[in-house]
Amino acid sequence: MNIWSIMLIAGLLTFGTRLSFILLLDRIKVPDWFRRGLRFVPVAVLSAIILPDLTSPNGTLLLSWRNPQLLAGLVAVLVAWKTKNVILTILAGLAALVVFQLALGL
Amino acid sequence: MIAKTRKLEFWSGVRDEAPILLGVVPFGLLFGALAISAHISIPAAQAMSAIIFAGASQLIAAQLVGAGTSGLVILMVVFVVNLRHALYSASVAPHVRHLGTAWRLLLSYLLTDEAYAVTITHYNRAGDSPDRHWYFLGAGLTLWSAWQASTAVGIFIGAQIPANWPLSFVLPLTFIALVVPSLKDRAGVAAALVAGMIGLLATNFPYKTGLLLAALIGIVTGLLIEGWRK
Repeated sequence: MNIWSIMLIAGLLTFGTRLSFILLLDRIKVPDWFRRGLRFVPVAVLSAIILPDLTSPNGTLLLSWRNPQLLAGLVAVLVAWKTKNVILTILAGLAALVVFQLALGL
Repeated sequence: MIAKTRKLEFWSGVRDEAPILLGVVPFGLLFGALAISAHISIPAAQAMSAIIFAGASQLIAAQLVGAGTSGLVILMVVFVVNLRHALYSASVAPHVRHLGTAWRLLLSYLLTDEAYAVTITHYNRAGDSPDRHWYFLGAGLTLWSAWQASTAVGIFIGAQIPANWPLSFVLPLTFIALVVPSLKDRAGVAAALVAGMIGLLATNFPYKTGLLLAALIGIVTGLLIEGWRK
């Protein structure tokens, strides 16, 4: 699948989701478990992307202090937790990555 | 007289949406720049903002495209991430029932988190003006314009950034900045940890299907733990 067909189908799916109740399912009630489950979707999807990204930056698992991405990611988690600020988190994570890469001689 | 209330509704929608743009524009910039670093072409990156028009799922899609994920998995992830819009759709539906199909199609297209937030507040306020969909339109179009423009600027910035800068690392950092502050209770933390661990263990599943499995088990974990404590 090329990028354009992915984008078109993704756009249709998103539009269809937004349209669903407005156009068709006006009288159907959303089940409670569905409503509650949606809260966990972003957290679960993003965590499932973040952790492999940090622990296997080059495709192979590297769970060690010699992995600068993992260390910088931990710094970012700390900054995000303390400040709740997106820009600060990104800047701190990038700065930490550069520092750890220099310190490890990479 | 009628034209006057419509104009009034439209412009109060624009005005109420404006402060939210401060939080939206940085993500538009990020998306534009990161799409370029994920080797998505300039027209495709801009078109994504117009066709998908959903911030978090666009950032995730850019990350997955850059990682060489299969199209089907990307589609399923985008679908699941945007499922929350069905709730907005259900919540807005009674207020737009009286409108024609063209209006309902247009407003559905504009039904983002940020447009929904201000519009539903307006609908829930006292008053029974039949022209409140013009407020929805004003809020929605304001967000739409800001999203397209910030994507364009982000693409321009992304194209200037040298290839050896660690720009791809900005994506996991952005996701960390989104996830960590939203972890407010035990159920959320459990969902994040379980999804992360399974994502890690299932990294080598074909076509990155491990991501779907991890997200699903994470969501179920969150639901179970929340149910437990009730």
